[in-house]
Amino acid sequence: MDIVTFLIQLLNAVQYGLLLFLVAGGLTLIFGIMGVINLAHGSFYMIGAYLAWSLSEQLGSLWLAIVAGVALSVALGLLLEWLFFRHLYRRDHLYQVLLTYGLILIFEELRSILWGDDVHGVRVPEVLSGSIPLTDTLSYPVYRLWISAVCVGLAALLYFVIQRTRLGMMIRAGASNREMVQALGIDIGLLHRVVFALGVALAALAGMLAAPVSSVFPGMGNQVLIVCFVVVVIGGIGSIKGALLAALLIGLVDTFGKVVELEIAGFGVLPELAGMSVYLMMAAVLLWRPEGIFGRRLA
Amino acid sequence: MSVRGGALMLVTALAALLLLPFVAEKFYVQFATKVLVMAIFAASLNLLVGYTGLVSLGHAAFFGIAGYLLALVTPQYEAADLWSSLLLAVGAAALLALVVGALVVRTSGIYFIMATLAFAQMLYFLFHDTSLAGGSDGIYIYVRPQANIGGWRPFDLENFRHLYFVVLAMFVLVLGFLRALVDSPFGRVIAGIRVNEQRMRALGFATFRYKLVCFVIGGALAGLAGYLSAVQFGVVNPDMLGWHLSGSALMMVILGGMGTLPGPVLGAVTIMLLELGFQSLTKHWQLLMGAVIVLVALALPQGLAGLVALPGTARARDDG
Repeated sequence: MDIVTFLIQLLNAVQYGLLLFLVAGGLTLIFGIMGVINLAHGSFYMIGAYLAWSLSEQLGSLWLAIVAGVALSVALGLLLEWLFFRHLYRRDHLYQVLLTYGLILIFEELRSILWGDDVHGVRVPEVLSGSIPLTDTLSYPVYRLWISAVCVGLAALLYFVIQRTRLGMMIRAGASNREMVQALGIDIGLLHRVVFALGVALAALAGMLAAPVSSVFPGMGNQVLIVCFVVVVIGGIGSIKGALLAALLIGLVDTFGKVVELEIAGFGVLPELAGMSVYLMMAAVLLWRPEGIFGRRLA
Repeated sequence: MSVRGGALMLVTALAALLLLPFVAEKFYVQFATKVLVMAIFAASLNLLVGYTGLVSLGHAAFFGIAGYLLALVTPQYEAADLWSSLLLAVGAAALLALVVGALVVRTSGIYFIMATLAFAQMLYFLFHDTSLAGGSDGIYIYVRPQANIGGWRPFDLENFRHLYFVVLAMFVLVLGFLRALVDSPFGRVIAGIRVNEQRMRALGFATFRYKLVCFVIGGALAGLAGYLSAVQFGVVNPDMLGWHLSGSALMMVILGGMGTLPGPVLGAVTIMLLELGFQSLTKHWQLLMGAVIVLVALALPQGLAGLVALPGTARARDDG
């Protein structure tokens, strides 16, 4: 692999990892603060992507579609929290799994009814449609660089909000001791709504950003969800730092696993098996630290 | 309900199941076969979820792998041997459960849920994306396995009634085995683990090993169900390993009433009937199924068994 190809793959890996972080970060935040496992989190990613496609067709601009899409997904998040999730905070994980699994079936069918089962492409906005030449023959699309930049910006913003603001202080306190926060007169219900809507918006936004790159297709949410689970298991549940590290690690392993031709003991390994590399990594982490890299020790 | 009432109900149910193929049309017998297979599958998951407190969302992996094993050992236009292929399929499921279990049982709670799902999906993608075993189309099994004992063949699985009785026999054996297991000292230990694992560890029980053994038994029984399903439908595909099946089984366990023996059976019957009914109504039947699942999760934590108090429901967990 020459240096330019390597650079391109590295950029791809980082871009994929950062996007994954947006989705997984929301998942781990919702669990860390509210104690809820949300299987439907991937559906929000899918909904974001379909909104980006459908709204940009209607409005004629991906920018407007993203603004409207984020607003819609926050509204959806608040509605779902009020309808379903607020009943789950003190329930066994089993019921959270069941309810959110039911929601997945509902979202998948609604998607099929509303938007059909075809695969759709989403056009990159004019401003970002070019590519940057790396050598005479190879160049890198501007849009992918832009996604990475936006994700880095959002990650920094998230870090700032959680570590440096009053809201972040409440969020951190709510994660470690719900009763205490309540006793101090903070509206824990409102805190939950904010965190949940934030998580939904992040996942949906990731879907919108990814739409022009990965296209829009049925089942895309579940695909992302499984990888997010791997991110959370590797990074440690509830840890934003862990989610970032694990997402970048998975970006690298997955991207390079597909490019580097493996040869073990003289036999070429099937390129399809590269997809398993992230799961092998998860297995290794579970052997080493069952609670994940930055996870709290399990009892 | 009194013990006598429970026994009476059991005998009546068994008699009805034995009589069914003589009075019902082929379609219903085949449907009942399918329900019995899913009931075995749900009961195997219930051993983990209901009795040990291990919420697995990747149970279909063991169902699917056993089905695939039958497909892989069946020659193209000949029959495989029932006994050896069954042993191989269930053994493979148990072995897989041992490997996956050794990794995931180290975790607990929400981690366990995510890790089981991730490993099962890895297997799904392995079969879906590679040419290992027919890719996304799966493999057809043109001839059902033959049950030869010496030169004698006691039954013929190509006959839908024979198949039904074989599945029924397996179903009764599995439920009997589970009854004995949960009533044994082993069963008391795993019940203790479900309620308070730290306490059991403090009492000197190697809880990791108990949970792992449970995971392997659950995996092997799920494998048995997967094998029977592959025999019935004559085809295996990656969906057999997919998480929709795992989710569906979890729904059966909870809807019927977990931690009880009749619960998952009742759940399997209800879900399969609902599926059949919804499918006849609309192409988008999963929408209705999803709504039922959401309602059950919100409103029926004890499952149907909690509503009608079936024999053995005293075991239902009330810590939800």
